Amino acid sequence: MNLSATGMAAAVAVGLVTALLAVIRARTAVIGAGTALTGAAAVFAGAAALAGGSFSLVLPGVLPLSGVALTLDPLGGLFVAVTGGVAVATGIYAVSYADTPDLRARGVQVALPVFVVAMVLVPAAANVATLLVCWELMALASLVLVVAEHRRGPQVASAGRWYAVMTHLGFMSVLIGLMVFVAHAPDDSFTALREAGRHLSPAVAGVVFVAALAGFGSKAGIVPLHAWLPRAHPEAPSHVSALMSAAMVNLGVYGLVRVGVDLLGGGAAWWWLLVLALGALSAVYGILQAAMSSDLKRLLGQSTTENMGLVLIGVGAAGLFASFGDHTLAALALTAALLHVVGHAAFKTLLFLAAGSVLHATGSRDLDALGGLRPVMPVTTAAFGLGALAASALPPGTAFVSEWLLLQALIHGLPAGGVTAAIAMPVAVAAVALTAGLAVATFVKAFGVGFLARPRSDAASNAHESPFTMLAGMGVAAVVCVVLALWPAGILPAVQAAAGGVAVSGDVTLRLDQATGALSPLLLTLGLVAAVIVVAGVVRAVVARRVRREARLWDCGGGPMSARMEYTATSFAEPLQRVFDDVVQPELDVDVSHHQESRYLVQAVEYRRKMPDRIERRLYRPVLSVITAWGEAGRVLAPGSVHRYLGYGFYAVCGVLILLAVTR
Amino acid sequence: MSALGVVGGVVQPVLIVAGSPLLVGLMRQVRARLEGRAGAGAGQPWRDLRKLLRKERIAPRGTSEVFRFAPLVLVATTLVVAVVVPFIATESALDPVADLFAVVALLALGAVALALAGLDTGTAFGGMGASREMTILALVEPTLLVAIFALSVRVGSTNLGAIVSSTLHDPARVISPASLLAAVALIVVIVAETGRIPVDNPSTHLELTMVHEAMVLEYAGPDLALVELASAMRLSVFLGLLANLFAPWGIATEATPLAVLIGVLALVVKVGVLGGLLAAAEVFVAKLRLFRVPELLAGSFLLALLAVAASFFLV
Amino acid sequence: MLSLWRKILRTGRVAEPPPPLPEGDRPEGAAVLGGSVQIRHVDAGSCNGCEIEIGSAFGPVHDGERYGARLVASPRHADALLVTGVVTRNMAEPLRRTFDAVPAPKLVVAVGDCARNCGVFAGAYGVAGAVRDVVPVDVEIPGCPPRPEAIVEGLRKLTGR
Repeated sequence: MNLSATGMAAAVAVGLVTALLAVIRARTAVIGAGTALTGAAAVFAGAAALAGGSFSLVLPGVLPLSGVALTLDPLGGLFVAVTGGVAVATGIYAVSYADTPDLRARGVQVALPVFVVAMVLVPAAANVATLLVCWELMALASLVLVVAEHRRGPQVASAGRWYAVMTHLGFMSVLIGLMVFVAHAPDDSFTALREAGRHLSPAVAGVVFVAALAGFGSKAGIVPLHAWLPRAHPEAPSHVSALMSAAMVNLGVYGLVRVGVDLLGGGAAWWWLLVLALGALSAVYGILQAAMSSDLKRLLGQSTTENMGLVLIGVGAAGLFASFGDHTLAALALTAALLHVVGHAAFKTLLFLAAGSVLHATGSRDLDALGGLRPVMPVTTAAFGLGALAASALPPGTAFVSEWLLLQALIHGLPAGGVTAAIAMPVAVAAVALTAGLAVATFVKAFGVGFLARPRSDAASNAHESPFTMLAGMGVAAVVCVVLALWPAGILPAVQAAAGGVAVSGDVTLRLDQATGALSPLLLTLGLVAAVIVVAGVVRAVVARRVRREARLWDCGGGPMSARMEYTATSFAEPLQRVFDDVVQPELDVDVSHHQESRYLVQAVEYRRKMPDRIERRLYRPVLSVITAWGEAGRVLAPGSVHRYLGYGFYAVCGVLILLAVTR
Repeated sequence: MSALGVVGGVVQPVLIVAGSPLLVGLMRQVRARLEGRAGAGAGQPWRDLRKLLRKERIAPRGTSEVFRFAPLVLVATTLVVAVVVPFIATESALDPVADLFAVVALLALGAVALALAGLDTGTAFGGMGASREMTILALVEPTLLVAIFALSVRVGSTNLGAIVSSTLHDPARVISPASLLAAVALIVVIVAETGRIPVDNPSTHLELTMVHEAMVLEYAGPDLALVELASAMRLSVFLGLLANLFAPWGIATEATPLAVLIGVLALVVKVGVLGGLLAAAEVFVAKLRLFRVPELLAGSFLLALLAVAASFFLV
Repeated sequence: MLSLWRKILRTGRVAEPPPPLPEGDRPEGAAVLGGSVQIRHVDAGSCNGCEIEIGSAFGPVHDGERYGARLVASPRHADALLVTGVVTRNMAEPLRRTFDAVPAPKLVVAVGDCARNCGVFAGAYGVAGAVRDVVPVDVEIPGCPPRPEAIVEGLRKLTGR
């Protein structure tokens, strides 16, 4: 039994035992610690698999079809390790975060380790049956967790319904795609499928791929199948949001890479152009929604759509290059995509945990009511600041390295692929660039409005720092973020093992193989720090007066400024909203009420802005209304009369008998 | 790290720090002359800085470290760019940082630091400036990166040293359609990024039209000196970048004193001429309404896309 | 655009030659500014006569900027306050706050007769006093309104250029 198998076994065993321990009274601490341990074991298993120690295990008879089959190759190992890492941070965090009446319930507590175990098993599944069972287990466990705080209001149940329906439609799509695939193979093991994938006709392969893309894409929150994501992420408890947003959505990418690249073995260029287009659309649309959002957790959820879009741009570019026969460039693009998966997992965990800490302290996730958290919650503020830097693709941030690699792949891809690439690559670069720019604006808003300045509500001014375990959970994620940002070379071998090709080398400096291009995040950061020190030193040496005088804010000489005069998240996003008016189509509502004595004097002005999801409205509303109409029509058939129902049965039997009599 | 790189890495930041206030002074002087005024002389920005450094530091109540460190970060990012970009020598002191994307991202980081400082004050103007600055930054980014794309595709690299050297070896490239279109797109971007007319008016007193000024309304004394120095440095860095991407002639390719001297002179002349032209052009245009700025940027984005198309189809 | 260019060429320089540096002692604290004075203008209750003259002093003909003086948008950026008008009750406190907001070393210039000694408004019910009753004044520029030359002369005492 090798190391990765040991790690997997330990992860599953610890996870399941932890779940059983939910009966005891001190369950939050035990479950949190157990989840963290499960995660640690998964990290170990994933790392061992990435180092080359893969294993295979077949347990026939446990499941129908070909039984349970598990194997861990480097690609699966990377996702297992990422999931494990997220579980470590969230497990530690959950020890005190999940200690509320709603979250202490047994059912909710059991679901947490089960969710983690299911997520760890998905990338390890080696046949279709195992994959689908684990996929469904993951969906159900996360559904229980999403609706855990259903007492908070009807919006939680609504989010749960959306999530349940969307995730099961996605499941259906994956199921259909894989069943079509299996029908052309001797059995449902991945080895057999890999063999069969080479001989599939382009039409069948196309059907399998599109079905898988729809199914896995909906899990990854890809536009236009993203509707569940901005609902479920904010309503779920924050540690669950972190797990879903940083670990679960990745598995959509995993599924796509596994089926598209591994099992189907590449395929036609149009597949990957489709992936690239969907990725670009998701990235831009996701971040645009996030830029307008004033709900902290919703914003983070929409940014997940954005980041998965960026990952899909990388995956699509990789598939495209591979279909042109340029495998080095394909490896570079896939490396960029997978590095972004890892980086996104780290910073999104950190951001969601910090948002949870804010929610814990203030009870609010409305940015327009936050602010001024810096003096009262210094650690959380620092954590969110670090996460925001990492998410906004600025040096020295985590996403900067992966987006740099992605851009390099796109730039070097232009000469590689003829006219198709000549059109696709600039558009993709523009999409990545617009996404990066809007992400900067979004996270400046989230951090600047949410944490700096002065509190905009009593809840924010009475905030307090979170308990130690929550800070420790954030600390784990923060350390990973910093390491990934400064020394990505540390994780690159693992990522390249998973990507199945080496395109970048170097230790301190990342150098592209077979293309000129080099970047050293560490040197860049050191240079920046050195420059700050030099500037600070020079200023200290030359200034005449070193003591800072405290003064009141410049209020134009008028009275003290109130918090109502501050810029809010809504007002911060207003210029962007105007610029993208045609795309987002906000619903604005301005109510002016006058004094009774004189119509010329305004008593109050009320401004409301609603940002309905336009794609959702155009795409889902018609479908939903057709379903509703269908349901209404069906009602006529079911008036509640028993005689009628008996009649239906009678006529149906008669009809079948007549049919049989005629056809035989 | 080559000798030439080290020389560049030492001379460039000194030159940029010393010269950029003079550039701003020169631009103000050009503008003053065109308006029929006498002007305060090119040395006035340095006099302003010297005075600001002698003044008192102020900590407005309720502001945090973000407000205090933002000017340092702003200057530091620009300083790093001044060290690594090949301004006077083709080789860079920190070659793995001399990447166009890294340079653009570093400059954006400085803008973000200042925007956060504006929000940190909690005043209406600070937030307003930050919001507008971030909007412009978000819209500038696509043009900037696509223009970079157009420039780097023909070289096969985004390394600045490689782009500059390749233009030196093949001067005909400069007048290719791709290059010219990218140049126009970059000029618009630079005008937007450095807050010049018609995107922003650096000498405005009207708070409602401010972008950059609104964010720094709370800064005083040495902090303000840093902010002003940084904005002057950003202007020189952007103009120097523009000059060397499209007309790198005169840049030192070997580490002899004469070559370096010529490199310094060439940079000074190029940036001076560009600055003078920019200042002269500003006399002829009015500031755009904030919500017309996206149209300008969309136009430049189109040019950048055309540049990429041209670099592929018209080779 | 071409017509503007022609106009620029035709007009040439309109700034008048600088008069000799004014005699008289420079206020204490002006020397440390070293030829650069940023000015925040405060209208403490003026009839706007002085404002027009200040505008003129910074116009092309007198070009106050050539001596190193510049109007700025925030008292935080300023070295000197240019106060016009008699200080009204409503503006007394804002004037004090503006003075507080200026980082040291700071100077105050009272422009016009109202600012110096309440002018024609002396004794009116809304008047809190002259500028020196509210904040310390370093330079006074007489006149109702003072001529732009006088304002430029007063500012040159600060810049020393």
